[in-house]
Amino acid sequence: MKSANSLPIRTAKDTAHKNMLPKLSRRHRTLIVLALTTLLLLSIVTGSYILSDSGLSVNFEIKNQAPSMNNLFGTDWLGRDMFTRTVKGLSLSLGVGMMAALVSAVLALFLGICAATLGKTVDTAVTWLVDLFLGVPHLVIIILIAFSVGGGIRGVIIGVAVTHWPSLARVIRAEVMQLRSAEYVQVSRHLGKSRWWVATHHLLPHLISQFFVGLILLFPHAILHEAGISFLGFGLSPDTPAIGIILSEAMRYLSTGMWWLAFFPGVSLLIMVRAFDILGNNILLLLDPHKAHE
Amino acid sequence: MPLEAKGISFRYGNCPWILKDFSLTVNRGEVVGISGHSGCGKSTLARILSGYEEPQLGTVTLDGKPLPRHGYNPVQLILQHPEKAVNPRWRMDKTINEGWVPDQEMLDAFGINDNWLKRWPNELSAGELQRFCVVRALSSQTSVLIADEMTTMLDALIQAQIWHVVTEIAKKRNLALIVISHEKHLIKRLCQRVIEM
Amino acid sequence: MALNQSVLSVNELTVSFRQYTRGLRQIELTVITGLSAEIQPGKILAVIGSSGSGKSLLAHAILGILPSNARVTGTMAYDGEELTAERQVKLRGREIAFIPQSVNYLDPLMKVGAQVRASIKDNKKEVQRDIFARYHLDSQVENLYPFQLSGGMARRVLVSGAMVSDARLIIADEPTPGLHPEIVEEALTHLRQLADEGRAVMLITHDVGAVLNVADYIAVFYAGTTVETAPVKDFAGKGEALRHPYSKALWKALPQNDFIPVSGFQPSPGDLPLGCLFSPRCPMASRECFESRPLERELRGGKVRCYHAT
Repeated sequence: MKSANSLPIRTAKDTAHKNMLPKLSRRHRTLIVLALTTLLLLSIVTGSYILSDSGLSVNFEIKNQAPSMNNLFGTDWLGRDMFTRTVKGLSLSLGVGMMAALVSAVLALFLGICAATLGKTVDTAVTWLVDLFLGVPHLVIIILIAFSVGGGIRGVIIGVAVTHWPSLARVIRAEVMQLRSAEYVQVSRHLGKSRWWVATHHLLPHLISQFFVGLILLFPHAILHEAGISFLGFGLSPDTPAIGIILSEAMRYLSTGMWWLAFFPGVSLLIMVRAFDILGNNILLLLDPHKAHE
Repeated sequence: MPLEAKGISFRYGNCPWILKDFSLTVNRGEVVGISGHSGCGKSTLARILSGYEEPQLGTVTLDGKPLPRHGYNPVQLILQHPEKAVNPRWRMDKTINEGWVPDQEMLDAFGINDNWLKRWPNELSAGELQRFCVVRALSSQTSVLIADEMTTMLDALIQAQIWHVVTEIAKKRNLALIVISHEKHLIKRLCQRVIEM
Repeated sequence: MALNQSVLSVNELTVSFRQYTRGLRQIELTVITGLSAEIQPGKILAVIGSSGSGKSLLAHAILGILPSNARVTGTMAYDGEELTAERQVKLRGREIAFIPQSVNYLDPLMKVGAQVRASIKDNKKEVQRDIFARYHLDSQVENLYPFQLSGGMARRVLVSGAMVSDARLIIADEPTPGLHPEIVEEALTHLRQLADEGRAVMLITHDVGAVLNVADYIAVFYAGTTVETAPVKDFAGKGEALRHPYSKALWKALPQNDFIPVSGFQPSPGDLPLGCLFSPRCPMASRECFESRPLERELRGGKVRCYHAT
């Protein structure tokens, strides 16, 4: 039998080696993205600790300087080093974004499970809330909420958290509903397993991965919205070195030709947001059994 | 120890009745076939008899007592698609031990290969998965086994293999066996009594 | 077109998948091994094999709709010309109609009547209404979307779609599970009529009994290859006319025959035996059977892959 033998059944080692060359498989790509994102994250966080505050002090001798070896991202109108400001700003945004995304995801998990398990009334209520929050522009609600709780970091976190749960909650609700009627879950009950056992052994492991992907995908949104409302002046107070504040201040100087004030912080923010977006989407595809092996 | 359904009627919401005033008694050691077209309510009957569904009217009793709502159900149901009946995120050894721990003899009888136990469900064929589902349902507490189109999706060899072992075990343990199938030949081959729906 | 020319011929087709095992390790799983098949116009070839054995992938390979981690070797020819990826795209849905196993193949955003009409020449409404009536689909069904249909109705819509197209090759992958026997009967008779009009039909199923009355040839699929292709009349009696020990065993295992099982199981794609794929279970296996795989050869008007078949 010619062709059966002409197909070399390659060992795992060969195949793994071969994949490094032209087309990377999904797991490889995801790992690379994961490594790069982690590296980026770590360098921002450690960078903000290592960089001394001296870069933030006012120094009129070197104000308004274009990027150079001494000041990679240039300096602003007060002579502050834009590189230091950007790294510290990103680090702060990261923290705020992470907190907001986490609160939001936990809220989504809780409401999603409640909607799917606590009967029709709760379900209707949650679905209504989901539709409401998805229907009104986020920025408006975030501004209202942030304003009403008194602004600042707390305001931003609450505002972002309260507006970002609906899409994940909807996914989790659908997931739980589907799982509850899944044949293997019903079989499990018939094999004498308690509700609690079924929830912890069949449902939760399934939801946890959904939860983490949701969290990772929420994260860039949270950062962008934090930056957005800070930019508009409703978020963090102007004396915090947040990326939104930096960008909004830079706007005033754009017309004077000082492009670096907005360019580097903006691009850094974009890269970070995009990295998390790609990471989340890759992991999502890995969890899809039909696409996992491509 | 008969399984007894008395005057059961069932429908979803306000839809037309799927079952109306249906009664049935199956004794231990009996192999009863239920045949009929799809949509005639035989799958619904299977779900009611095994306690997956509550009838609007009528009762299902095992040995005079209603089916337990908690704990191991002595009436076990096996369905057509084994790939839906196992958790896709579990390795097979976890699935097969979910209700009880079958001994090696049991695994051998069904031709379950040792190295299948470490596999994921998507690495096994439907015929292989169905053996796991059957073993899982055959703990010593089981007294009635309902097979709803259990081997419809499998080829003739695997069908014969599985049924040979199942009927042997049913005989040995004096189980009641209910075979639901649209396949007349299979029912004729297996059952002592046939109910047309 | 000459009658003896095959509409489709598949030669030594091998399909393998790259799959992850643990972490980043991948292995190559061979799901179809050196499969050959041929269909002539006016004939129905039934491919029978157990579910999950990879026979659907044969259909997917012919249509060119395998996932991207699949690797295909061997050749396929449609109408005597090589079936390339570009030709597959051009032919499928037009010259080659497909009745898929999963009802998810319907377009969720399009009314089903329109979907069926899309495969009719001139988009004629009467043709679609006739076919719906034939498959006991209400006249209102054409205005419904797939999610509004029951599983059985969706399946009948899929069957109708393939039946009204004027494709010259119809590939049906398990078209009938879960349907009323009358509708199964109707669908199979219909396939027979289409074949009698000169089209070629490949009917993939796990159910030997169902195809006995309609097929011209039966190809027996085992562990990723066709072990035997036989005229349907050979599936009779005790299976004496059959060539391959697996086909004989399969035939004898039917409940209407002897209902005798054979011990063992199909080898999984990850560890196929070195020799004949059936050798571990075969009562006739000898040394050469374990050492090399038999080539397909002509025997008594059929084809078989077995050293010992006579």
